[in-house]
Amino acid sequence: MLITDHIVKSYDDELNRLTAMILEMGQLLEAQLEKVLECLTKGDNKIAQEIVDKDIEVDRLENKIDTSAVRLLALRQPVASDLRNVVAALKISAHLERMADYAVNVSKRVIALNQMGPIKYVSSITRLVRLVQEMIRDVLKAYSQLDDKAAHEIWKRDEEVDELYNGFVRELLTYMMEDPRNISPCIHILFIAKNIERMGDHVTNIAEHIHYLVHGTLWSESRK
Amino acid sequence: MLDPKIQVHHLNLFYKAHQVLHNISLDIYRNQVTALIGPSGCGKSSFLRCLNRMNDTIEGVRVEGSILLDGDNIYSKSMDVVQLRARVGMVFQKPNPFPKSIYDNVAYGPRIHGLFQNKSALDGIVEQSLERAGLWKEVKERLHEPGTSLSGGQQQRLCIARAIAVKPEVILMDEPCSALDPIATAKIEELIDELRDRFTIVIVTHHLQQAARVSQYVGFFYAGALVEYGETGDVFTNPRDKKTQGYLTGRM
Repeated sequence: MLITDHIVKSYDDELNRLTAMILEMGQLLEAQLEKVLECLTKGDNKIAQEIVDKDIEVDRLENKIDTSAVRLLALRQPVASDLRNVVAALKISAHLERMADYAVNVSKRVIALNQMGPIKYVSSITRLVRLVQEMIRDVLKAYSQLDDKAAHEIWKRDEEVDELYNGFVRELLTYMMEDPRNISPCIHILFIAKNIERMGDHVTNIAEHIHYLVHGTLWSESRK
Repeated sequence: MLDPKIQVHHLNLFYKAHQVLHNISLDIYRNQVTALIGPSGCGKSSFLRCLNRMNDTIEGVRVEGSILLDGDNIYSKSMDVVQLRARVGMVFQKPNPFPKSIYDNVAYGPRIHGLFQNKSALDGIVEQSLERAGLWKEVKERLHEPGTSLSGGQQQRLCIARAIAVKPEVILMDEPCSALDPIATAKIEELIDELRDRFTIVIVTHHLQQAARVSQYVGFFYAGALVEYGETGDVFTNPRDKKTQGYLTGRM
């Protein structure tokens, strides 16, 4: 992923493997989100349960990344861009793991909602999930290509997520005021939306790590 | 505040027709450790040797530009080179104790510079120097044994004690740990950190992690030029120059 290779080839291999594991974790997360969409629209408990079960694979990958990164730090003592690469991998994997946890939480709420009858108000959430899903895909692409410009652009897209989420919260409030029987399902849906919105925040953090990886300066410094 | 102890301006160094250093300018800060790194033959040791005019002993050497020690040009005609080398001491790659006793090794400098009034004052200087070099406890019972009877790490600390016995202002170290094991190296590194309170230290090292551990400032030399100079933490996390980046990460 960097212009020239190390004199020691196995060092390059280890760094590249770290990047590859992050991308694999990202693909898993994307697949989980695809299933989130499916179980939301279909109200399908089986798919929801699959998401819950699959989460262990994400956790395993995170552990593998942690172990490899710690090993690399101990054995290679990376500096400069290599060091930033390892630090970014550690941080980004933690964000991806957290996002996967949100997907699990959403699935559990879908299962709970299904017991209350057909799920309502799904279309707004679907739009939210699509937005975040694209952000995840693009931020991972920016990571693999060290594309800081793309990372900045993705970071800005979170505003759209926040606006959509806030609008949806207001919408849910009116349903709850209309009929108190709506409160229970609406609370679940509210939390689902909140979880998706939080995923967007994690994407912005990943974008910030890409900036650090590329420039060696903190995002906050560049925005002064 | 950072206060320059040595100011180098547009330094060029030639060995006969061959130019070894090209237009080097930098400030070496008081009570800081400055590490010089770079591949073999990049000029870092030649540069170090300019700082106390050790290069004068080589035939056909020519220096252009200026090096100011507390504002005085060390290459001016009025500069007494013997005095200069007392102010700017040096520790070499291989420990090189004199074939004399431990005591006489340390007392040698103060004797030739006449730095004491009587025997007990000299004893005091020897003890204090060995103490500061972290060697006193290990050798106080055997001060009259030969310096060469010590282990490699102890010999290097003896050479440091010998260097500081003449109360220098600057200590130059040319790969002081390259012949030492990791524990002896750690002791020297700890010592360097302690000595920084009293002295300004410039160290040449091939060991990048050592430069990272001991120094506050680091200069990267390449092909006789100073490519990058800055605060050690900055250079090791975010080098500005591609060549520095390549050298630090092992991509040349």
